[in-house]
Amino acid sequence: MTVKLVLENLKHRPVRSALSVFLIAIPVTLILTLVGLSEGLLADSARRARGVGADIWVRPPGSSVLTLSGAPLPEKMVEVLARNPHVAAAAGMINHPISSTTFVAGIDMDSFNRMSGGFKYLEGGPFRKPDDVILDQPYARQNKVHAGDKINLLNHEWTVAGVVEPGKLSHIFLPMPVVQSLSGNTGKISQIFLKLDDPANTGAVIRELKETMPDYQIYSVAEFTSLLTVNNVQGGMLRNFINVMVSIGVVIGFAVVLLSMYMAVLQRTREIGILKSLGASRWFILRTILIEAIVMGFCGTILGILFSFGARWLIMTLYPASLSEAIVPAWWPIAGGVTLAGVTLGAMYPGLSAARQDPIEALAYE
Amino acid sequence: MSDRPIIEIRGLRKVYRVGKVEVPALRGVDLDVPPGEFLAIVGPSGSGKSTLFHIVGGLTPPSSGTVRVQDQDVAAMTDAGRTNLRKTCVSFVFQKFNLLPNLSARDNIAIARHIAGLNHDPDPKFEEVLALLGIANRLDHKPAALSGGEQQRVAIARAIVTHPAILLADEPTGNLDSENSRVVLGVLRDLNERLGQTILMITHNPEAAAFAHRTVHMRDGRIVD
Ligand SMILES: Nc1ncnc2c1ncn2[C@@H]1O[C@H](COP(=O)(O)OP(=O)(O)OP(=O)(O)O)[C@@H](O)[C@H]1O
Ligand SMILES: [Mg+2]
Repeated sequence: MTVKLVLENLKHRPVRSALSVFLIAIPVTLILTLVGLSEGLLADSARRARGVGADIWVRPPGSSVLTLSGAPLPEKMVEVLARNPHVAAAAGMINHPISSTTFVAGIDMDSFNRMSGGFKYLEGGPFRKPDDVILDQPYARQNKVHAGDKINLLNHEWTVAGVVEPGKLSHIFLPMPVVQSLSGNTGKISQIFLKLDDPANTGAVIRELKETMPDYQIYSVAEFTSLLTVNNVQGGMLRNFINVMVSIGVVIGFAVVLLSMYMAVLQRTREIGILKSLGASRWFILRTILIEAIVMGFCGTILGILFSFGARWLIMTLYPASLSEAIVPAWWPIAGGVTLAGVTLGAMYPGLSAARQDPIEALAYE
Repeated sequence: MSDRPIIEIRGLRKVYRVGKVEVPALRGVDLDVPPGEFLAIVGPSGSGKSTLFHIVGGLTPPSSGTVRVQDQDVAAMTDAGRTNLRKTCVSFVFQKFNLLPNLSARDNIAIARHIAGLNHDPDPKFEEVLALLGIANRLDHKPAALSGGEQQRVAIARAIVTHPAILLADEPTGNLDSENSRVVLGVLRDLNERLGQTILMITHNPEAAAFAHRTVHMRDGRIVD
């Protein structure tokens, strides 16, 4: 019966109820989109890392899993590492970031193909001229270019030589010497990939390499991909940012419900007086207000989840390469819990003031 | 009628404080109501009739004096005690009907039972009462779709559905035409005669007062006869 009263009250002011639910849904969508983007980008990075085909990644001292800047390694190191009896193939690459989520990979085509099994060309083919660029399909689609078209990157006009299937290291590829001269790093590279005779030897080879190169960051591909987590991005910055968004979600849910229920309580002063004259306790009155807020919070959460699918579709359509969004159902209860906490707190003040109304004054209210 | 009064009031005073001004609404009321009585209370505007009901019905505490309702000391009650009195013992019918506008007539009646904690017990006699009230076929409408007379009969149904010991009707016909007034007054008399319902009714109308067994007059916060 209480639930019926709550639903009838919600139905009685449909615009106010719908608007409240909509406003509650917005932070839910923002939280889920942010988390989905983080997880999606990390999953995409991991997929592309695995696509390299290497068993071991050797990175310079002082680099982290997610940041690789500069090219401090001498190109010669590739040959040195290739001499290890368990190493079947070695390839270097030079990294040139163009945004926080995208980088240009300068590769040596032959050794990269041996490592990764080769590009699958959907359009065009390999590099032929020095200012040729290879793009993966999402990046080409996002920039609306095809093989043979021009594209401006790093203040330079390139010709798209080929468009390849995604999933290998980067979205954008240039010949290694081109990137080296572009960034003034002639003869230098950013990291080295090793493929072993047998992946079972990975542990042993890493141990051996760490002894001779103690300061280097040496990962198995499994370890490398497992370190691609929200907590590791920018030294926990992303985690902090998500926490801030979650707090904003609580505050918005709180404020929306506070205003909405406060208004409702004022409008229903007389009805509260009627309920009290029938013997409704303070707790009964408070409870109906809380249930109403929780129903709105719950609907807002559901709507926010639905919106997050819409946001994902929009992002994946507009930015297929630079942004990748996952749907993370594990965060639905978190976003819902956060919202319900906010709305419950927000309903507390109007609820308590309704519960404390003097019945005679409330009944006399016009 | 049994010997012991269901309402026993001695030296009841109520003073309202409006800012620094004290407004005496009741200045020493003595009244006994035996169970099963249908009592009319008449008197000029501002004489304290509604205030008396609000105290007997536990909507506000008295300033001094003793008030016993069904052997409960109303003057000593806490807020929770008065809530319980309204829930179990006393029901109101108001001049302005005071139905919940968002609920159907049926749900208005149901919520009173729900609040009183009775919604699980079936109530066979209640159908009979609905027939008596003549609203059985209007129950699925919301108050706005009902006439004043129908609304007041729904309000009466809501008031008695919890089987209160006392029904307090504050000018129940004040917003009704004479036709509907007679219907509502007839219903109150039937409830009193058939079910033995104790009823106190405030009215300005001598014709309405004639439906009751006894009439008391109030003036300046006292009962004057
Ligand atoms: N909540 C209140 N605060 C201050 N004064 C009040 C309050 N309620 C009633 N009074 C005053 O108490 C006196 C008695 O009022 P009450 O409503 O009991 O009269 P009444 O006999 O019911 O009048 P009416 O026939 O107009 O309904 C009046 O002077 C009124 O102004
Ligand atoms: Mg009055």
